Amino acid sequence: MTEVTLQEPWATAERQRVAVQFGMWLFLATETLFFGGLFLTYAVARFSHPAGFVAAAREAEAMFGTINTVVLLTSSLTMAIAERAVREALVPLARAMFAATLMLGVAFLVVKGFEYRSDIVKHLVPGPEFTLSQTGASQFWAFYWTATGVHACHMLIGLGVVTRMLLIPAADLPGRSTTAEGSALYWHLVDLIWVILYALIYLVGR
Amino acid sequence: MSTLEDTGALAREPGRTSFLTEGGTTVRSWLLSTDHKRIAFLYAAGITFFFFLGGAAATLIRAELVTPAGDLLTADEYNRLFTLHGVIMVWFFLVPSIPTTLGNFLLPLMIGAREVAFPRLNLFSWYLYMGGGLLTLLSLLLGGVDTGWTFYTPFSTLYSNSYVLLAAAGVFVVGFSSIATGINFLATIHLLRAKGMTWMRMPLFAWAMYTVSLVMVLATPVLAISLLLIFAERAFGLPIFDPRSGGDPLLFQHLFWFYSHPAVYIMVLPAFGVVSEIIACEARRRVFGYEFMVYAMVAIAVIGFMVWGHHMFVSGQSPFASLVFSFLSFVVAVPSAIKVFNWTGTLYRGQIRFSAPMLYALGFVGLFTLGGLTGLFLASIPIDVQVTDTYFVVAHFHYIMVGGSVSAFFGGLHFWWPKITGRMYSETLAKFAAVSMFFGFNFTFFPQFILGYMGMPRRYHEYPPEFQAWHVMSSTGAVVLAFAYLWPLFYLGWSLVKGERADDNPHDATGLEWQTSSPPPKDNFAEPPIVTGTPYRYHAEGFAPHEVRPIHAPQDPQ
Repeated sequence: MTEVTLQEPWATAERQRVAVQFGMWLFLATETLFFGGLFLTYAVARFSHPAGFVAAAREAEAMFGTINTVVLLTSSLTMAIAERAVREALVPLARAMFAATLMLGVAFLVVKGFEYRSDIVKHLVPGPEFTLSQTGASQFWAFYWTATGVHACHMLIGLGVVTRMLLIPAADLPGRSTTAEGSALYWHLVDLIWVILYALIYLVGR
Repeated sequence: MSTLEDTGALAREPGRTSFLTEGGTTVRSWLLSTDHKRIAFLYAAGITFFFFLGGAAATLIRAELVTPAGDLLTADEYNRLFTLHGVIMVWFFLVPSIPTTLGNFLLPLMIGAREVAFPRLNLFSWYLYMGGGLLTLLSLLLGGVDTGWTFYTPFSTLYSNSYVLLAAAGVFVVGFSSIATGINFLATIHLLRAKGMTWMRMPLFAWAMYTVSLVMVLATPVLAISLLLIFAERAFGLPIFDPRSGGDPLLFQHLFWFYSHPAVYIMVLPAFGVVSEIIACEARRRVFGYEFMVYAMVAIAVIGFMVWGHHMFVSGQSPFASLVFSFLSFVVAVPSAIKVFNWTGTLYRGQIRFSAPMLYALGFVGLFTLGGLTGLFLASIPIDVQVTDTYFVVAHFHYIMVGGSVSAFFGGLHFWWPKITGRMYSETLAKFAAVSMFFGFNFTFFPQFILGYMGMPRRYHEYPPEFQAWHVMSSTGAVVLAFAYLWPLFYLGWSLVKGERADDNPHDATGLEWQTSSPPPKDNFAEPPIVTGTPYRYHAEGFAPHEVRPIHAPQDPQ
């Protein structure tokens, strides 16, 4: 293992590593409560209007959702390999895996874009032209747009984080293993949230 | 080796430099500094600005209410002003006030650390704070918001013709500044305590920062999501809370209060910490029941998450839910009462110095007790139904937030002023400010309890003439209160420039922060401190009162 670059105010690499992980987990706790509020609105709406909710969910494009789930889970794998490779100072492997993660992330957003297009064409945006009439259907789609939109913003931030890892010069990369760990933790959370969203959006009513 | 007993042992030699000059004196060196002490100054500038802005809105509100007719402001202008007052005071003053200024400055010093855990994140949080502040300020300059600080749906999402989105975006952004501060403090306390600084040797102020950080990290994201949902509904027409398409406006209230009730503890827990430090030092006594003070703060932070429903007794939540929330609200009063009794126990047989910080602290204990007791009235459903949305509620939360938190903030500001700036202030002028604040505050807000009990609803710019006497009393008190807030600007400003140089330990206090020089050097301590005992070594065994210095001559640290 190579020397880890130390940041203020840490005296040892071990301590710094603990700190980054600790801080990151605290942030993930914050994120969990953030999305928790979103899932609560889902639970309340589904509890109030079960029939309309299931009918609305049937309109969701399971194909796009499933492809995206596979894409994101794969990206978590590449991210995990990248993080481990940084720690073992395997620079070319690490960079290749970061690049793969980046591409899979972009692929996710592209698929999401096609899905959004299809949803818009099918008039699934709540508003005057909304096609579904059951009570609660617009609740489902309001949740769909908000939750996937917020998740996409998290993906964009994640892509920024991965890009930053790629911009670190090859020689410095082995010294930045704590940064890689923090980035990986964030990426896995965004992935995990998608897995929950996948179940909530695409599997209801099927 | 240095221990806590060697007062001043961790200070540098005379003629030393401090964080005020080390690292440059240009504006740029301050704006880009990652030194927690400099960031505390940046925050202090920010919150002072927003405090006086929110105060100006309050002044206009009190001026309008002198007469029963709405002659100074229209109803709409009045709505916008109290919204501005609430939004600014809650999110841009009260929530960040003590943690980001005193907390940022003192927490690393108190636990013997060189820095906070993530110095760059700390600076970033200040920029988030200012960015959020500017967004909200912009919404104000464009014409303001009329929803009240609570942003209740469906008014905020469907009907209000004001700059709701911009203001909500500002609050959303400033929330992340809170979260960043919370994460930073938690990591600092967990990982950077000095050798020997065990959990039960931590000063109560550090414990207060710990518990408040927990609440910040776990409650603020729920505010963020509730504002985001407002954004989705108002900007994109997604009917999340809209009852016409099956949405539930009450859901917003649940989400909002899930943050905003714990936010009250975000405002008052730091005050507990400040007051505990001041009372112990100025009464020359150890904190009575230190461990229970700690447990009480933790209990308040935890139970505080489970009482939000008491804001919704009349909004149609089930009677059973109301019953449970009422019970839990009574439960949270128990640790609060423990704290009040323990402060009183600390004072008992103490050698009390009625210095300016102590006057603020004693004022806090009285006002907090009154605010807490009226909180019990409101936690009881029958009384709450009677006084919901009246001035009784307004008076109650001002007793906690202004009487409590702001008094404590001013107390802490005076208490640590010599440490922070290296200068003394005029004790006489400061005492005068402290006493004016106590009287001005009671003069302003006590009549509001009576008004509320008589049935005066909140958020109205007109009222029946029979309420006028009480309103005039309240507005007169507000003049005294305004004086008490402005006055320190002058003598503290004077102290900053011309004040007498402060000793390292002017109050003869025993906390670790007093062991280094005033103002502290950039790296806080000349050498890493080693802690051997409690931070409250007042009146300890073998020590006469007023004599905290060790009997044996301290060894020369150099």
